[in-house]
This record gives sequence, structure tokens and C-alpha cells, in this order.
Amino acid sequence: MRKLISLLSAIVISFLSFTGIALSADSKKPIVIPTHNWSSQVVMAYVIGGIFKEMGNNVEYVPADTQAVYESIRIGDVTISHEVWESAFGKSFTTALDKGGLLDWGDHEARTLEDMGYPNWVAKLCPGLPDWNALKNKDCAKNFVTPDSGGKGRMLEGPQTWHGDLIPQRIEALGLGDLWTVKFAGSADALWAELKAAKKEGRGTIIFNWTPNFTDGAGFTFIDFPPYTAGCRPEDGGDGKCGSPDGYLKKAVNADFPKTHPKAAAMFKKLSFSTGQIGAMASLVDLDGMTHEDAAKKWLKDNKKVWKKWTK
Amino acid sequence: MELLKKYPKLFQWFFLLIVFFALCFAIDVPETYKFIRVQAEFIKDPNQSTYTLFGKEVRYYAFDVLWRLPPLLGWLPIWVNDSLFFLLNEWMPMEFWNEDLQEYKTRPLVLQITRNITALMTFLIELIREILLGGVKTVVAFTSWDWIDKNPWAEMPGLPWTIVAAGAVILGYKLSGKGLAIFAGLVMVYISVFGQWKPSMQTLSFILVAAPLSFIFGLTLGVMAYKSKRVEKALYPILLTMQTMPQYAVLVPAMVLFGIGDHAAVIITMVVAIPPMILLTLLGLRAVSPEVIEAGKMSGCNNWQLMTKVLIPTARRDILIGVNQVIMVCFSMAVIAAFIGAKGLGWNLLLALNQLNIGLALEAGLCISMIAILLDKMSLAWANKQEDYFGNLTFFQRYKNTLFFAVAVLIGIILSYVGSFYLKDGYNYLYEVPHNKGISTAAFWNKGVDWIWDTFFQTLKIFNTWLITEVLQPMRALYLRMPAVATVVLVVGAGYIIGGIRSALVTAGLVLFIALSPWWDRALVTTYMATFGVIASCTIGLTVGTLCQQNKYTTKFMLAVCDIFQTFPSFVYLIPVMMLFGVTDTSVLIAVIVYATIPATRYTIEGLRSVPAGLHDAASMSGVTKFQRLINIEFPIAFPHMMLGVNQTIVFALFMVIIGAFIGTEDLGQYILKALSDKAGGGKGLILGICVAFIALIFDNLIRTWVQKRKKHLGID
Repeated sequence: MRKLISLLSAIVISFLSFTGIALSADSKKPIVIPTHNWSSQVVMAYVIGGIFKEMGNNVEYVPADTQAVYESIRIGDVTISHEVWESAFGKSFTTALDKGGLLDWGDHEARTLEDMGYPNWVAKLCPGLPDWNALKNKDCAKNFVTPDSGGKGRMLEGPQTWHGDLIPQRIEALGLGDLWTVKFAGSADALWAELKAAKKEGRGTIIFNWTPNFTDGAGFTFIDFPPYTAGCRPEDGGDGKCGSPDGYLKKAVNADFPKTHPKAAAMFKKLSFSTGQIGAMASLVDLDGMTHEDAAKKWLKDNKKVWKKWTK
Repeated sequence: MELLKKYPKLFQWFFLLIVFFALCFAIDVPETYKFIRVQAEFIKDPNQSTYTLFGKEVRYYAFDVLWRLPPLLGWLPIWVNDSLFFLLNEWMPMEFWNEDLQEYKTRPLVLQITRNITALMTFLIELIREILLGGVKTVVAFTSWDWIDKNPWAEMPGLPWTIVAAGAVILGYKLSGKGLAIFAGLVMVYISVFGQWKPSMQTLSFILVAAPLSFIFGLTLGVMAYKSKRVEKALYPILLTMQTMPQYAVLVPAMVLFGIGDHAAVIITMVVAIPPMILLTLLGLRAVSPEVIEAGKMSGCNNWQLMTKVLIPTARRDILIGVNQVIMVCFSMAVIAAFIGAKGLGWNLLLALNQLNIGLALEAGLCISMIAILLDKMSLAWANKQEDYFGNLTFFQRYKNTLFFAVAVLIGIILSYVGSFYLKDGYNYLYEVPHNKGISTAAFWNKGVDWIWDTFFQTLKIFNTWLITEVLQPMRALYLRMPAVATVVLVVGAGYIIGGIRSALVTAGLVLFIALSPWWDRALVTTYMATFGVIASCTIGLTVGTLCQQNKYTTKFMLAVCDIFQTFPSFVYLIPVMMLFGVTDTSVLIAVIVYATIPATRYTIEGLRSVPAGLHDAASMSGVTKFQRLINIEFPIAFPHMMLGVNQTIVFALFMVIIGAFIGTEDLGQYILKALSDKAGGGKGLILGICVAFIALIFDNLIRTWVQKRKKHLGID
């Protein structure tokens, strides 16, 4: 009986909650911001949330999967996304864009690069890096052999979720398949663990990484593969002999957001962070050991000039 | 010939193995064969074969049918996914009023329904969460965001941690006395002092919704299955599959249907927690003897009374184990649910791991374990408690716990009020210790990991290299070398020898489903890792369990350790293991062994315990030594029960192999992980999950049938 009552009341409530008065000002309904599992993204979520709050909006944060989030924005479970990386999430983003319900809300000033690279101490193990031709050298490859790599040098790629078989295809296409093999790590954690372990051991490692990222500070170099040209990737019909593009870092919103929260949407359109700013946010957490919320608060306090102008 | 007559089964097994190996040697590896790293559908290759069925095009690499079967079920995941998409996005579009936009919007019916269900879930979660932590959403549910904006006084304040802690202590005392009260107090203080209060309460709030709902649904369905054979028959295969399906595979369809957030976490937790509850309810009700039911009927019970007053109380023991399972499962989902948006400890743990902060993750993980054990003990005590109907109590005696709690509330409020004066600039520790502002032992643990690294790394590296090159790689190669036909013959033959034609048919169905799916190679890799894990876990579990069982205290200690490890999120030790052993199969297998040893140990202890004391005495009187008794009497008697432990070990090992995808594997798990972000992920995730479940079910079927026969043989059914 009690369960029935609570069920009934909840139904009544869910109807009640749908009655409200629309105003020309922003709706008080919370703006749902997704958080992913890397520091800069989480801090930026709290920074943007902080600005929204300052403007009088309600904000809610929800942990979300990096790829599935675009479908969630499209359906309306999540309102915005503030870090759309071209190389990793571009595909999910454009898929959702085509289906409708999601809007492209402009670029950040920061440009992104996601590719294979190596921590700087590795350079001496393979003379000629960062030029990719150095990888053709047998003596180079043998410094990267692991027990399970079958005698070939091993590159550690991110999870297959990120860009499918792009890197193995590239390695094959460039004729490096006899010397190198690509292993997929299961998560970003696995990449950082590998980086830390390799550093302690002083051995060579080539991993997938991106910038802006917290690894920038410790010195990380990306391999110069043949430059990216439109359509060079196998999925676009190309031969795959190219590196990653200099990518965008976009913002995306649910299609209803500009209607329900016109002011917040206008601010979010103007909002744009540079590589330096993103790096600074990440390092507050990764290097200074602050919590994500505290880091965001500190950043907002220290950079009033930067973000105040977007709210006008 | 004598030997053959004496052991006919032995001969059958021998014959089966000969056929198996003959097939393996007779069928050569095709020259074009190579372990497919990439799923065929992602690349277009002229070497591929295609077929179209139900309008879905399936691409695959064709081999000799004896070597690898063609993926005739390849259309299934695509089809499931398209149906799901159709249901959610196109089926029965209707006009729904959108209050934000002040206009009608077209939304498909199913999407609207699922969103309404989730609204209810969200309301319940937020209600509990805001009682514990404060907030506005519950009030908003009755009013609106605009209203709360104008009336900020209506925000719920949330209880100070001192009150919740006192409440837990009093509840513990009321339910089972001093011991539980002290434990409850310690857990609460630990959570608070270590600054995990807020995330803990967030986790708790969604579990406090999921666990009771799972219990109610599980009990109801269990009773229905008990009453009607038809319901039982319909439920049973689903239940078995669900029980062996890796929790991870349910994530994707759940996300597609219900979106992301705490509500989706509740739903997926329920999906995983309900099956064991149903099975145990059914088991318990079945075991009620007919005399009891007769007695109930004779006293004039109607059906409802018979169920609530006679059957369920009598079956209490098994139902209680069900409650225990529900709680354990709920907490084991705390981290996995974080992948689809559950806030709280699970999410913090994942964030900490991403920064390689093992200490921090460990603290969060311990919180999960402690709360799980506390809730488990409390629910058991509650269910075991007998109401005192006859006591002639004074008002004070009757309501003393309520009174104590009222006093605690008062003190708590005063404390936090006073605290707000004295601790003005900093944080009001008497109200809530903020996240990460408490004591932290993270640095200590991180140093510990570093120390292990520095001290043992070289040794471990040698071991790791040896294990990979000498054991794991060859083993994997052998598994992949098996022609599909040989594997099928081996499995079906084993089914026939153990359980006759029925078992043979069941296992044939299961193994063919996997063989005809596009993921046979992956399934072989999964099986290879699970096999290694199970063998190692069983060896360790059997040894440890037997040793500990010799003494009452070590037994108790070991069972407590099992409890902790079962609820302790495995993700925490994935990272240090990965740092030590690299992104290799070794890391995955170590995680598997840690996790899968739990049921092996537990069932060994319980099996040996179940040997009747009379037998012990009889044995001692006939003058056997302790060791002889163990080998000749206890083991044979306990063996069937221990085999059920092996069964559980297999399920646990498979779960962990799948989670091993986070380290980096090339098996089914990696594809499930991939399905999370795949466009057509819903269908693929589900079918992949079913493949894993079927691997477990093959072993499950064989072991269960064998155990039943053996029990009959020993006369201990």
C-alpha cells in the first residue's frame, strides 16, 4: 500500500514538475554538464558551471561516457559538452549532429593534437625521432620489444573505443608492420601507468597521447608522421599513410538549450579557452593535488578578467 | 578389459580425447588464417565473403567450415540494435507538451515511458540523497525551479554527519546489540574522518533505492515462479543467463534505454541483483516441507496468509542469503555504475585511478566495502530479529531507542550550530567533513606501492617475462589452434558422457551459438584466460580453505577477508598490478586470480564444514590420523559442494577477464568495452554478453549435472 502511495505521489509529482511559466529570461531548470574521466575536462566543467551559476542559473554535473555523451545531448539528458576533440570524438559528434537535436556551438581557441608519441627521455633510444622514418630502423624497434610483442617493437595505443583501428592500419600502410606491433590499452589509466612504469625503469615506450594534457609539462614529443590531408584515412577512402590532423576543440549543445537558457547559451557561445588555460586548469589538480572543485574555484577567482567578458 | 568394465566412463573419456586430438591434427591451419585483430565489418577487403540476411549485410573472412564456422548469426547484433533504435526513436511518435519551450514536441512513446520511469527513480534517489546531504530537488519536484529560486529558505539542509552516525549506532544496537553498534560507529567515523562523507552518501542513496526494489521484485517474481510452473519455465533460462552475464555487458543496452545518471545506475543494479534473489527465493520455498504447508492449511490460512505467514518465514534462511546477495551485488555495481553516470564513491574512485592516485582510490574502495558489510550485517540482524509480543514494557523501555535518537539529533544540531561559530573561516567539521579535507592516508599507500616497485621490480620482471613467453603465449596459441569442429566435439562429448543426451543437446546449443557468432576467436581468448585463472584460483582456494578450516578463528577470519574482497572494487588493484606487470595478460590474470579465489575459498570452507560431525567421530574412532581423515573422508564428502565453488569460480573469473579489458585484452571484453561507444553498440554489447554467459553456462551445466549424480551416488542429496 505504501509503495502504491509513493508511486502515485511520484506520478503526480512528475506531472506537477512539468507545469511552469516560461520567461524570456533563462529557465531555472538546471543545465546538465557532463564530466569525463580526465582532469582538465572535469575542472573546466566546474569552471563553466561556476560561470553559469554566477549568471543565476542552476547547474548539475553528471559523469558520462565520452562517446555516448553526444547521444545523451541529442536526447536531452545532458545539456552541453565543452570538450569535443576532433580526432577522438569527431565521429560520434558528427553522427549526432546529423541525426538532429544537437548543435555545433563553436570552437575553443585551443587546437588539439592526438597522436602517437614518446616521453622525451626515449629520444636517445631511437636516433632520428621525431621523424617517423626513424621507426624503419631495426635497431630502434628492438628497444621497444616486450615479452608479448613477438619480437617486434610495441606501440601502446589507447582503447579501441577511441579511434578503432586507425593506428594499426597506419603502421601497416607505412610498411612498419614487420618491425612494429600495436597493442591496445584498455583505458587512459593504462597509458599513464605505462608512462610511469617506463620512466621508473628507464625503458623505451611509444604511447598514444594528446595535447593539451598534463603530460605536456614533463616533456612529451609527438612523432611526425606524413601530414594529414583531407580524405587520407582509410575510413574516408584514403591509403592511411598520414598522421593526425591539427584538430578542433569544439563545444556542443542540445538544440533546445538556446531557447530555454538564451543568456547562458550566448555566454557559452563566446566562451573559448586557450591551450595554456586548459593546461593550467589540469595542472592545479594533477600537479598541485587540489580537488577538481577547488581548482575550478581558484581558477575562477584568479581569472575574473578572462571570463567576465563572456557574460556580457 | 577388466579395467574397462570397472570404469566404463574412463574409456569414454579416453575415446573422446582421441577423437579430439585426431581432429586437431587432421585439420590444418589454413594459410590465410590470422588472428583477426580487427572486426571484419570495420574494413572493406576484397578477400571477405558477404551474405545478406533479414536485410543486414554481414562481412566475414571465410575459412574451411571445419576450421572456423561462418558467422551465420552475424546479423543478430545488428538486428537487435536496429530494433532497439527503432523502438526508441521511431515507434509510435506522440505529441508531448514541453513546458520549457511552451510547445508540443513529438517524442516516441517508448522514449517517453522510459524517461517517466527514470523520473520516478530520480525522485526517490534525490529524496534520500537530500535527507542525507541537503539540496533542492525534492522541493523542486513539488514546486518548480523558479519557485525555489525565489524562496531559497526552502532548501533542505541535510543531516549533520554526527546525527547519521548516531542513528546508525542506535540502529545497530537495536538490531543486534553492542557488537554491531560499535562496528556501525567505526564505519561512520571512518567515512567522515577520511572526508568521504559526501560521495559515500551519494552512493548510499542510490543503493538504498536499488536494494529494496530488487528485494521486492525478486521476492515477488520468486513467489510467482513457485506458484506457476509456466512462469518458472519462462524465467529460468533468462535467470541463468543473467547470472552468468558479465555486469558490464548490461551497461550498453541500459544506457540506450534509460540514458545516463543515477537512475540508470539503479536500473542496471536491479537488473543484476534481481536474478539471484529470485533463484534463492525459489530454492527456499521449494525446500519447505509439505507437512508445514499442510499445517498452515489446516489452521485455515488463505493463500495470502499461507504465503506471508507460513511459507516465507519458513524459507527465511534462503531468502536471507538472497538479501545478502542483493546487497553484495549492489555494492559491486557501485563502480561499474559510475560508467553510466552514478555519482559517489565509484566515480571518485575512477577519477583517482585516472590520476594514478592509488591511495585515494583505495580509501574510496574501502568505504564501499565497509558500508556494504555494515548494511549486510544490519539487514541480516533485522531479518533474524524476533518481535517481542508479550513483554510488559514501560514507555521508556519501549521507546528508548527513539528517545536516544531524538537526543542525538538535538546534540548533533547543537554541535553543528556551535561549530558554525568556531570553525567559521575553515570548514564546519561538526556538520560535514568536506571531500578530501579529512585525514588522508593516500600518500602512505602510494609510497607503499612505490616501495614494492623499487624492491621487487627486477624479480617480477623476470617472472613476468617467463610466464608470458613460456606459459601464456603457448597456451593462447594452443587454444587458437583448435579447429572449431574439434572444440564442438569435445564439449558436446563431455556433455554426453556426464549427463547423457540432454546435457549433450544443451551444451551443443550453447557452443554453436558462440561458434556461429562473429566472435569465436575472441571467445577462445576469453576461455584461455579464464581457464588459467580458474586453475590457479582453485589451487589457491582449495589450499587456503582447507588450511583455514582446521581452526575456528582462522575460518572466521578467512570468511571476513572473503567478504571484504568480494565487495572491494577490483579496479583499485588493476592499476598497481598494471604498473608492475605492464599492459599484458599477466596483469589481467593476477586481477582474475585475486577475485576468483574468493568463491573457491568460501565453498571449500563451507563444504568441509558441512561434513557431519558424526562422521568425524566415527572416523577418529576407527583410528585414522587427521590427515587420513581429510583425504579419505572429508574431501570425498565435501567434494560435490566444492565443485559448486568451482562453478562460481568460473563465473567470477569470467567477470574479471571481461573487466580486464580496462588493462587491454584482445577478447570478448574488449569488444564489450568498445560497444559502449559504438553506434550500433546496444545490440553488440548484449550479444557479446550472452556469448560470455554461454561460456559460463557450458561449464555450469556440466558441473551441476555431475554434482547431482555424485550426490545421489554418495547419498547426501
